[in-house]
This record gives sequence, structure tokens and C-alpha cells, in this order.
Amino acid sequence: MKHKTFLWFILPSALAMLLFIALPIVSVALQSVFAPHEQVIREVENCDVFGCKKSTTVDVEATAALSTASPLGRFVGTDIYTDRNHLALSEIATIWASSSGVRDLTDQILNLPFYGAVAFTLTYTALVTPFAILLGFCIALAVNAIPRLFRGPAIFFSLLPMIVTPLVGALILFWMVDARGILGSTLQSLAGDPDLSVKASTPLMWTMLIVYGIWSSCPFAFVVYYAGLQTVPQDTLESAMIDGATRWQRLRFVVIPHLLPLTTFLLLIKIMDNFRVFEPIVSFNGGAHAQSLSYFIYADLSATNKLLSSASATSVLTILGVIVLLSPVIVRTWRSFGRVAS
Amino acid sequence: MTASVAERRSMPLQALLVGFLILWILVAAFPFFWTFWGSFKVEGDFFSKVDWANALYGPMTQQETGGAITGQGYSGAWIKNEFWRAGLNTLIVVVSVVTISLTFGTLGGYALARSGYRYVFWILMIALVFRAMPHVTLVSGYLLPFYQWNLWGHLPTAIIVLVAINQPFTLWMLTSFFQNIPKDLDESAMVDGCSRFQAFRLVIIPVMWPGVITTGLFSFLLAYNDFAVTAMLLDQQNQTMVPKIASFLGTTQTKGNVMFAVSAVVSATAPLFVLVMFFQRQIVSGLTAGAVKG
Repeated sequence: MKHKTFLWFILPSALAMLLFIALPIVSVALQSVFAPHEQVIREVENCDVFGCKKSTTVDVEATAALSTASPLGRFVGTDIYTDRNHLALSEIATIWASSSGVRDLTDQILNLPFYGAVAFTLTYTALVTPFAILLGFCIALAVNAIPRLFRGPAIFFSLLPMIVTPLVGALILFWMVDARGILGSTLQSLAGDPDLSVKASTPLMWTMLIVYGIWSSCPFAFVVYYAGLQTVPQDTLESAMIDGATRWQRLRFVVIPHLLPLTTFLLLIKIMDNFRVFEPIVSFNGGAHAQSLSYFIYADLSATNKLLSSASATSVLTILGVIVLLSPVIVRTWRSFGRVAS
Repeated sequence: MTASVAERRSMPLQALLVGFLILWILVAAFPFFWTFWGSFKVEGDFFSKVDWANALYGPMTQQETGGAITGQGYSGAWIKNEFWRAGLNTLIVVVSVVTISLTFGTLGGYALARSGYRYVFWILMIALVFRAMPHVTLVSGYLLPFYQWNLWGHLPTAIIVLVAINQPFTLWMLTSFFQNIPKDLDESAMVDGCSRFQAFRLVIIPVMWPGVITTGLFSFLLAYNDFAVTAMLLDQQNQTMVPKIASFLGTTQTKGNVMFAVSAVVSATAPLFVLVMFFQRQIVSGLTAGAVKG
């Protein structure tokens, strides 16, 4: 295709992405090095019959004039990145100097909001991704084992946790594990503790979020593996059988190698999706116990005074994280693309 | 097709697999039926302090409303709290997003599939990085300019933002779909004297619908399920269903309000149920389309 024709075809799509994805990233990067203007304070002297008193007021006009003059705020360089809510360099230095051991050190660092969010996001991604893929694989094997007639309904119900709106799906689970809900009260009687509440305990909240994550993302792995299982070469399976391979050996040496490329694909998609975990924390109202990077940004943005600079700094750090996570994939695809092209 | 020898399983293994599957289907589907049933009860039953089984029989519902089931949650949400308005907004947003992003996506995807130059790789890679970007990171970039230019709060703003966020995925999906349509088809049309665009319009458009419908389903899901963009970029008047549900939660202190949220959740899930019912085959094939290529 000629360059010029190509340009016209790709233009609407490229323009949309440029304006609403690429430029916002620039805007985020800019905002993260500017802080909002401080309010202009004026000293006023009020004199009455009892004498004169000095008081300070906010000069609304001057403040407004300042923010129209430079809407981005004042330039602060990397101050926002290094403050307590982000990389917290000085806090880390203090903790490093004063901590009594490795455990104490990590505890204190994880108490800093940004590092806490990083820790949750990475834990969530690291646990949900493999378990969801594994569970999806087992479901695919099971669905493949039942008569064709029942497969349709089985697939239908299995798809539900993935298709449903994340916020809504998480709410549905949350209401069930509520202390007054069906699962919550079952848990209470199982543990023999009538005060047990998911809302009040950090480990339980993390567990619930991870359980939700697995529940909602294993259907995707299931569907992909199920489709893969339909294309397993039957001849190879049968010749393996003739050679005396057991069921387990056939699974291990024929089926699993056949599905391996699908696993790479699933890992890529699931790591991307799990890294931006956000809605379930809103649904579970769990901001006090578990914050992901996305939720951390959302909390800043929905604060009454809109902490745009702080949210932007976290966004930039998150975007860097995404690029680091994806870099192996990009390098790999670059190599395979090079092979095809040459 | 008769089961091949390789597919035959021993009894215990078969029983294990079937048992596991039944357990999974329970885990996957039970929450939805439970919430559906509970949405016709009053709060005292669905969130019973006494016994969870109250949600099944509804003694409090009987006491408060005189019937075993009640539509209070639904009327409260849809009429009193104007959930219908949110539903209407969702409809507008979803229809526009799907139409616009498919139009942009088919043009772009076709170009990417037919051009052999190296920049295609870079466009696809950039799209992949964009696809991985958490949506809320972009939202923090929108707010300041949108406030400045008075774009914040309107439906068209949210629509175009969702279209843009949708593009990377749509491009990937449609590119791989167009690659599977033989090149000869449009090239022979061009030999016959069509321009590139004519070839696209007359030859490719008639055969592209299966792929477009599948991609459209996923665009629909993205627009319908979005929370980050719609919650942060729309004002109260223009809220869509998902942020509206979230806003019910903020006011759950008042007795009975949580049931509005429950009914709204059930109402918002219903269209997705229908969607999966009718388009199960397309959804499955769409999910696997990217995977099969490895």
C-alpha cells in the first residue's frame, strides 16, 4: 500500500489516539512537575473604636489572576516525585538509618502510601495471573470432557464472571461476603468468630480482592485454552497412545506443548489487565486496606480539592511501570517481526 | 463425531472432571442468581442480621410490604433516583462509541493489514503500550485541559475519549482479521481499475461483517463496563449506569438505599446476560482470535 493511501486510512484512528492518549500522557508528565499556586495571603488592618487588629485574608482576586496567568501552577521540578506520597526519598533515608532489621525496614516502607500501592498491585498481579490461568486450564479440560450437548450452557455460565461489569461483579461478591450476607455469615460460623468482617481486616481484604480477581479473569483463560484444545492434533495423540503413553504423559508431552504459545499470550494480556486493578477496590470500599496504583490515582482525583499534580506524578510512575512490564514482549515481537520481514 | 479412543476416560477421572465443572459453574453463576433473587426483597432480608436464609423466604419483606417479593428496590432506583436517565445515557454512549470506533478501526485495521512497511510494527507496538495503560492514568491528563476548555461533563467528551481508548484493541483485532482476508480479493479489484478506497468499499466491506461484529461486541463491553472515564469525566446530569451505581453506594447510610444499588446492579447485568446468550459464539471466537495467531 502506498504511504499516502495508508495515511488517509489510518488518519482517524491515529488522530483519536494522538489527541486522547498521547497528548494526555504529555499533559500528565507536565502536570507532574507543576504544583498548584499557593493562595495569595494579604494582611489587612481593621481599625475600630477598640484599636487596630491585624488579620490575614486570602486575596481571591490575586489568586485567580495568578492561575489564569499560568494555569499549570508553579514549576516545582521533581519535588512531587520525591515527596512523602510518592517516592518518599527522605523518609526512606530516615527509615534506612533507624530501622532495626529487614522485617522492620520492609514494614515501614510498605506503610508509605506509594510503596504500599506498588506492593499490592504487584502481589495482585503475581498471584491472580498464574492462578487464573491454571484454573482456566482445568475448566477447559473439564468442559472438553463432557458431552457436546452440555458444552454450550457450561460455556455460557463460565463466561459470566468475565463479561459482567467489573464494578458490578465485585459488588455482587462484596454483598455476599458482607457480615450480613450469605458467605460472610458462613465464614463467621466456620471461624467461630461472630465479629469477623472482611471490611475490617487487611489480610481478608487482600484475599477477597485476589479471589475476585481469579474469579473474574479465569474465564478468559478457559475460553482460550478450550479453543486450543479443539485443535490438538488427534493423530499425535493416538500415536502417543499406541506407543504406550499414559493419559498423564499424553497431557504432559502432547497437549501442554501444543497450548504453550497460548499461555504466553494469556500471560501478556492478564499481566496488563491485572496491573491496572481498580474497580474491585472501589466496590469493596477497601481503600483503607488495599490500594492499587490505579486506585491511588483515583483517590487523588476524586478528593475534594483534586490533587492533580499528585495524581499525575503517580500516573507517570505507573506508565513507566507498564513499559518496563511490557518491554520483554516488545523486544520479542520486534525480533519475530524482523524475521518475517527479511 | 464419535469420540476417538484417545478421548475415552476412566470412570473416576470422568466423575472428578464433571464434579469439578459443576462446582465451578456454581461458583461462576450462583452469585448472579442469588443477587437477582435478593433484589426483590427488603434490606432487612437480603442483609439479614439474624439468618442468611431470610433472603430466601423474606419474612421482613412479608412484614414490611405484605408480599413475599417487592419491587421497591427497582421503583426506588429507576424512578425516585432517576436511574432511567443513567440508562438512557449509557445507551447513547455505548451506541456512539461502538459506531465511531468501528468506523475508525476498520479503516485503520485494513491499512495496517495491507501495508508491509516497518512503521506498521511500530504503530501496533505503540497501540499495545496504549492498550496496557491503566485508563485512570489518562484521566488525570484530561481533567485540567477539559476544565480549561469547558469540555468537562458532557456526553460527547466521554464518547470520544472512550473511542480513543478503544482504538488500540480495535486496531489489533481488526488487523488480524483483515490479514485473514486474502489479498488477491482487493488486489484483483484494483487491477480492474478500482482505487484503494473503492476496492475497500466494494470488495472488502461486504465480507468483513463477521469480524466487525465480533470486534463491535468487545467495543460494546469496554464502553458499557467502563468506570474510570465515565465516573471522572461526566457530571451528575450525564452520569451513565456504572458511576450511578457507585454513587448509590456513597449514600447507603439511609435504610433501604442499598437495595436501590442491588436493583440497579441487577438491571445493569441483565443486558449483558442477553448479550452473552445471543453472541456466545462470536465472543468465544473473538477472545481466541488474537490467541490463535500466538
